[in-house]
Amino acid sequence: MKITRSAVAGTLESSDVFVTVAPSEDGLSIHIESVVYDQFSELIRAAVSETLTRFHVNNAVVSLNDRGALDCTIRARVETAIRRAGKGEG
Amino acid sequence: MSKLVNTVKEVIRQTGLKDGMTVSFHHHLRNGDYVLNTVTAAIAELGIRDITINASSIFDVHAPLMEHIKNKVVTGLECSYMGGTVGKAISGGILEKPVVFRSHGGRPADIQSGRSHIDVAFIAAPSADPMGNCTGQFGPSACGSLGYAYADAMHADQVVVLTDNLCPYPLSTISISEIYVDYVVEMDKIGDPAGIVSGTTKITRDPVGLIMADYASQVIAHSGLLKDGMSFQTGAGGASLAAAKYLKDIMLKKKIQGSFAMGGITGYLVDMLDAGCFRSIMDVQCFDLEAVKSLSANPNHHEVTASHYASPIVKSSIVNSLDIVILGATEIDTDFNVNVHTDSNGFIMGGSGGHSDAAAGAKLTMIIAPLVRARLPLVKERVTCITTPGSTVDVLVTQRGIAVNPRRADLQNRLLAAGLPIVSIAELQKQALAITGNPAPGARKGRVVADVIYRDGTLIDQICQVLS
Amino acid sequence: MLRSLLFLPGNSPNMLINGDILGADGIIFDLEDAVAPDEKDAARILVRNCLKQMNLKGITVIIRINSLGPDEYWKEDLDELIPFRPDMILIPKISEPEELKTVAEYISELEKKSGLKEGETLLMPLIETALGVEHAFSIASADKRVAALFLGAEDLTADMHCVRTAQGTEIFYARNRVVLAARAAGIDAIDTPFTDINDEEGNYQDAVFAKSLGFSGKAAISPRHVKAINEVFSPSDKEIEYAYEVLAAIEAAAQQGKGAISLYGKMIDKPIVLRARQVLAMARQLKEKGGAFYE
Repeated sequence: MKITRSAVAGTLESSDVFVTVAPSEDGLSIHIESVVYDQFSELIRAAVSETLTRFHVNNAVVSLNDRGALDCTIRARVETAIRRAGKGEG
Repeated sequence: MSKLVNTVKEVIRQTGLKDGMTVSFHHHLRNGDYVLNTVTAAIAELGIRDITINASSIFDVHAPLMEHIKNKVVTGLECSYMGGTVGKAISGGILEKPVVFRSHGGRPADIQSGRSHIDVAFIAAPSADPMGNCTGQFGPSACGSLGYAYADAMHADQVVVLTDNLCPYPLSTISISEIYVDYVVEMDKIGDPAGIVSGTTKITRDPVGLIMADYASQVIAHSGLLKDGMSFQTGAGGASLAAAKYLKDIMLKKKIQGSFAMGGITGYLVDMLDAGCFRSIMDVQCFDLEAVKSLSANPNHHEVTASHYASPIVKSSIVNSLDIVILGATEIDTDFNVNVHTDSNGFIMGGSGGHSDAAAGAKLTMIIAPLVRARLPLVKERVTCITTPGSTVDVLVTQRGIAVNPRRADLQNRLLAAGLPIVSIAELQKQALAITGNPAPGARKGRVVADVIYRDGTLIDQICQVLS
Repeated sequence: MLRSLLFLPGNSPNMLINGDILGADGIIFDLEDAVAPDEKDAARILVRNCLKQMNLKGITVIIRINSLGPDEYWKEDLDELIPFRPDMILIPKISEPEELKTVAEYISELEKKSGLKEGETLLMPLIETALGVEHAFSIASADKRVAALFLGAEDLTADMHCVRTAQGTEIFYARNRVVLAARAAGIDAIDTPFTDINDEEGNYQDAVFAKSLGFSGKAAISPRHVKAINEVFSPSDKEIEYAYEVLAAIEAAAQQGKGAISLYGKMIDKPIVLRARQVLAMARQLKEKGGAFYE
């Protein structure tokens, strides 16, 4: 999927994550802010990467402001932002 | 003879307070306290340095301490609880000397024995007379019980009473006697009443909290301890208070009258007293106005000292007669050790308070806490800091199951027979990790910033600096 | 066993993650009224992930999709969620049996595409329009998938141009009608939720009344209402005892070669036997679930 515009998903409520997906020419970059950064930054990054891969997104800037969201929530919000930001088969 | 001194600065001069000495404060004015900040500011203005502050608890309102620490006015801290604002700074390493954490019972024990020496005690008194008789039971800044101030009054070298309600001699109700007091200072306001009755004193409406509270009351109901003469203590958390309410319903239905309720007293416990659930309340501190009023009005509502409450060196203390206590936790490990000093990132945001004392004394110590808090698992391999040793903890109640300490096979059998969802603590840990995923070990730690002294005087753990 | 059905807002992670321990027999993941129009996509993706991740064993998983209308969110809801095998679909504002058939057909296509057994997803039409009440029986009989009729009083009273009250006189007829239509079609009836979340006694009384009218269960919009609803719609000790007696009586009759038997002066006919078996089945299920919760 090609990211053609910026989109957001999620909220800053406890157990949720606010995700922004924006277009890029320069590959993938993932920025993570999280209330549980020390404990889960790796797993959060993995969840984001896997979701980007699943949707065949190769160029995007993804930012997360995480309030302790579980893995399934992170994947859901990233997917929602991707689908809002993109066009194409995916 | 006059003990009256006009200003805080003047009284400090008269005490002869010098560099390197120790001053003490009580925390009955909670987050509405003005006294600690006012006195410390005056000490700084007088150019005195290298002071150790022994405060029974440090709240967020005491944030100005951070400045005094930076300026080396204050170089030592001793307390039983430290709120997150000052706690975070301490965890960041602003104080060179490690903080000394004690429990509510250990603090007066060390003051009494001389292990913790106090040069000048500053006692905020909602009402006092010119000779220093004082009380917290009435006055514009009424706070109820002055339980944590007694040891200071009795054993400090010098004692200063500060009040915003100076009354004619003799004071109508005397909690702390003039026989201990050297000076009396009248202030405009010793505290802000709105902040005095702050803290978590509302029953939770969160459905998860209510489910845990229901389980907790079921554990009590099937523990074998629910009978006439039983005694009970609860922490101030929303779920703990909901458990108290469910317990009240059960006690009223079964017409059970307990002997006493202990605390940390809130209006909910006062309701139980008024409803006849207990014969008396033993009150070491009041959390809200209902408790303050009841203390004055009801002869069965007793003001008790911290030593009487929980000192390990007196002939007997109230916790020795305690049947059931409900407490919280930020973390618990598979040996049932409990942490209420730090969060999972290692930042100081609490302290034992009466946690380890009540757990040591009670026949049934129950921890209630949600299995997962914002992706952080409650149950760990090893807690970040041991506040209360697992040997004194009997039951963990979460919304996803109840774990019983293997030392209590008797209790486990009762609860299993009652159909409660009993699982091993290892199973709860597994469930938590299945929900959150496996957390990485966390930030690197630096030097020791706090020593945690258990109520028996031994060093039970140390808290390290959190390196960003 | 579907005594209590708890609505959870489909776009709120902190409410969804504890949904499995709130004690309700059924959880309704709400993609309709609880979700703002521009968050419909976010909600269905979040709910889909929850179905994948959460352990919902022993709970009836119900999705309230969006209503049939020009925006066709309902189709996207089903596209996203049918492959994850929810037990039931709660369809808002069903006024005609054809509307229900439209949804059923769309689901059949999706079941085929996903390799699921056709017909395994059950339906619960929400009767919340005047026309829906009028057509209740034909809606209830419109398709094999229909498992229950669900009464929705908030929208219904708006359609009736009257005020919704705690007492509920205005919905009395609709309640009776829905129960009759459901029973005539051989299916269950679910009562509308009690809307004052702070009035626990009111919720209890409303549940008692609903049971007396013949409803088999009741919806809830607050977790604090679930326990009382479960209590009310569980068979009482008396009902269980009577059920045992009924079965013992017909056993005795069979042994004695008697064709008909009476118990407490009442003839025991097939419906009574059936009801007795249902009560005992529920009692057994409850025993397995664990009893200490209800002191």
